[in-house]
Amino acid sequence: MSTEVITSLEEVEEGSSLWTDALARLKKNKAALGGLGFVIFVAIIALITPWIAPFPYEVQNLDLGAVPPNASNWLGTDVFGRDLLTRIMWGGRVSLMVGVIATAVSLVIGVLWGSIAGYFGGRLDSIMMRIVDTLYPFPFMVLVILLSVIFGRHIYLMYLAIGAVEWLTMARVIRGQVLTVRKQEFIEACFSQGLSTWRIISRHVIPNVLGPVIVYTTLTIPSVMILEAFLSFLGLGVQPPMCSWGSLIGDGAKYMEEYSWLLIFPGIVFSSTLFSLNFLGDGLRDALDPKASKD
Amino acid sequence: MALISVKDLKTYFHTRNGVVRAVDGISFDVEAGKTLGIVGESGSGKSVSQYSLLGLIPMPPGKIESGTAMFDGQDLLKLSGEKLRKIRGKRISMIFQDPMTCLNPYMKIGDQLIEPLLTHFDISHEDAMKKAAQALKNVGIHETEKRLNSYPHQFSGGMRQRVMIAMALITEPELLIADEPTTALDVTVQAQVLDLIKKLQQEINTAVIFITHDLGVIAGVADEVAVMYGGKIVERGSTDDIFYNSQHPYTKALMASIPATHAHGERLYTIEGLPPNLTKAIPGCSFAPRCGECEDYCKTTKPELEVMESPSHESACLKYQKEHRA
Amino acid sequence: MLKFVLKRLLQAIPVLLILMTLTFVFMRAVPGGPFDSEKQAPEEVIAALNARYNFDKPMHVQYYFFMRDLVTGDFINWPSFKYSNQTVLSMIAPQLPRTVELAIYSMIYALLIGITAGVIAALKKNTYLDYGPMSLAMVGVCVPSVLMGPLLALVFGVWLEVLPVAGWDSWAHKILPTITLGSAIAAYVARLSRGGMLEVLNQDYIRTARAKGVPENKVILRHSLKGGLLPVVNYTAPAMAGLLGGSFVTETIFRVPGIGRFYVESVFNRDYTVIAGITVLFAFFYIGSNLIADVVTVLMNPRLKFGAKT
Repeated sequence: MSTEVITSLEEVEEGSSLWTDALARLKKNKAALGGLGFVIFVAIIALITPWIAPFPYEVQNLDLGAVPPNASNWLGTDVFGRDLLTRIMWGGRVSLMVGVIATAVSLVIGVLWGSIAGYFGGRLDSIMMRIVDTLYPFPFMVLVILLSVIFGRHIYLMYLAIGAVEWLTMARVIRGQVLTVRKQEFIEACFSQGLSTWRIISRHVIPNVLGPVIVYTTLTIPSVMILEAFLSFLGLGVQPPMCSWGSLIGDGAKYMEEYSWLLIFPGIVFSSTLFSLNFLGDGLRDALDPKASKD
Repeated sequence: MALISVKDLKTYFHTRNGVVRAVDGISFDVEAGKTLGIVGESGSGKSVSQYSLLGLIPMPPGKIESGTAMFDGQDLLKLSGEKLRKIRGKRISMIFQDPMTCLNPYMKIGDQLIEPLLTHFDISHEDAMKKAAQALKNVGIHETEKRLNSYPHQFSGGMRQRVMIAMALITEPELLIADEPTTALDVTVQAQVLDLIKKLQQEINTAVIFITHDLGVIAGVADEVAVMYGGKIVERGSTDDIFYNSQHPYTKALMASIPATHAHGERLYTIEGLPPNLTKAIPGCSFAPRCGECEDYCKTTKPELEVMESPSHESACLKYQKEHRA
Repeated sequence: MLKFVLKRLLQAIPVLLILMTLTFVFMRAVPGGPFDSEKQAPEEVIAALNARYNFDKPMHVQYYFFMRDLVTGDFINWPSFKYSNQTVLSMIAPQLPRTVELAIYSMIYALLIGITAGVIAALKKNTYLDYGPMSLAMVGVCVPSVLMGPLLALVFGVWLEVLPVAGWDSWAHKILPTITLGSAIAAYVARLSRGGMLEVLNQDYIRTARAKGVPENKVILRHSLKGGLLPVVNYTAPAMAGLLGGSFVTETIFRVPGIGRFYVESVFNRDYTVIAGITVLFAFFYIGSNLIADVVTVLMNPRLKFGAKT
């Protein structure tokens, strides 16, 4: 009887896993794909900058001064005669590096903290999250400013300070996810089947937590880059002659009345990167959340 | 003269994955003061059919393709949004399955209760509150003063469903549509709620359309029963017709699936296979793949409802129709 | 309710203490002596300065004085490091109101624009009224105030010459700084409102309201807003943090004489007492606003207010 039933059904629906579904959804999202493409492009340029930059970034040419875009300086020069395109490329290296490293720091700390708290629950969870709650209202900018005064303005300090703040939110997000997953019935089913703790974690908990982590990470990088820009703008971040997109914008703002390209070009590059990362992050979020639908 | 008369209702959903024929041509009548029970599995179209009557289907992607629903001389399916809204909650009310999520958690119970009154009648806030208090008493909730000022989360599931019932009946509607009102409740509470509905129905002389997948519930409340499968009505008749003389294999299978009908230790019966994919046009009977009594012609000929032994009893099974004609 | 507030206050105390201690450490940790830049000054002057600031006393005594001043609020009377005839209070008193004003305007701007845009976008999902506001919101997120400020100043101040770009005197002066500071927050508020409203509109109880025949505008205003805007209320605490951090940059760009800009200047001036004083002030403000936001969240959610039983 049962074989009859199955063969007489017109077709069997192909089951699809969360990841293949997500990938399919992502491919349809043009904005996200565009964002991904741009980010990859920028990252590659940043990586090979030392080899392809047209000019050295720190050599000044005071006779030249600031000139608008022309054949030899495609994006013009700044008041010290330095090629803007080169400085934007080098600035990109710094900004992206801060973004990635600080996010990585916060990711590592946050994931560890959040998973332990979420998985073991109980008192440990309470204590760990209480610490997070206590640290949360810390005024971040104030902290970084203070630290920058004490330790001089080292860029590594920034990674630390930013990482030290962002991990809090990451920990909360992770813990929430781990808790939700852990409580779901299929985990109980795993327990009752006698799977070992490690197996449960690696095979079932992590894949389900990974989604939000990826999304959140992709969206943290632009926030971190904005924080770096704030600091460099104020003069507390990278120190001359090194530059970042934030410091370039700061310099551009100073001279924008006469030399507006000094503000506009770094601005375009910076916000394009931010747009791309945000589109990508949003796209990932829509793709990975099975409940989210645009219809 | 039927209170409400639905003919050939078709509601389709136009989705990315195809057109879902959720309700594929159903007709039914309900007399004033009587109860029609609609039985079927999830996905049979039972809820969608009733939501269509009240304009509660999201209109993309849903669309009422065809059909009429005559109520007091008006076709509900053709009424403008504003006209339909005036009937909704006043002359035709609805209660839903999950009382936990159906009440607004941010509003007091009293405010939610009086809302149908304030919306449809010219009545003062004070008078409405008095009626609300009375409505609560009618459903067996006392301490009305305190309750009216409480929030939904302070009530138990059974009490919330009573509040829903009170809210639906406060305007004394002519028709009440109850969409699986007891499914989410404990068995003991179920019985209470069913009795309550019955009692109130008699007091106000409301007609009831009772949707459920639970045959046991139907047996207790319905005068007439319609069995739905794959978006169509496959059998219809009085409660006696259906339970004692079923003329459709699906209905029979449903009854056989009730655990209580089996002796202790006997293997439980299940209907093999899966519900049909409603995006595919099915030649022949939609139940054929799972039917124990399927014949060859069942797979190719589309069945229609035909009257069986008693005039109130109709079945859409080709085989039983053949046997009846013989 | 009272218990809740007290509990939150208690939780806030460790944060304050940590921050205050950090500030103390910072003041002591500056390499070299604090008076390094005045090496030319004669010995007696340095000794007098040391005595005045208690630098000649042992560390734990200094710490005690420091904390005592902070806790009693006496820190506002600390003399400024750079301008010895001024105290912390006298320096920040004129500037604080300007920053508060900017913050209030920015918040109002952000909430008005953000909530309106978000709610409309949710109601008209997947139409131009959805894509439009949400794209603008994206701009608010991706063109941060460091960039938006100068660009606005360039366009409206330099090219079009319709708005002033420095100072805080007339109402016209206040426009660009408000937009600059508030836009990022408006963007988040818009997204949160849209998300919150969409989620609420999907809920069963909205269907119940419609089934009762409630007119659509009431369904939105009466039934959906409260729940839909809850995420926005949750966001106000981090939003105030954003305002605080953003004020440093916005005030610097538009030369607004507020304490944000002043704080940054003090950092460059190495005016330690002022830095310490303002830091603590910020800390109080921060904690306070978090507390208020928490209280409002609880008030808006009856489940939390009365304690869920089921």
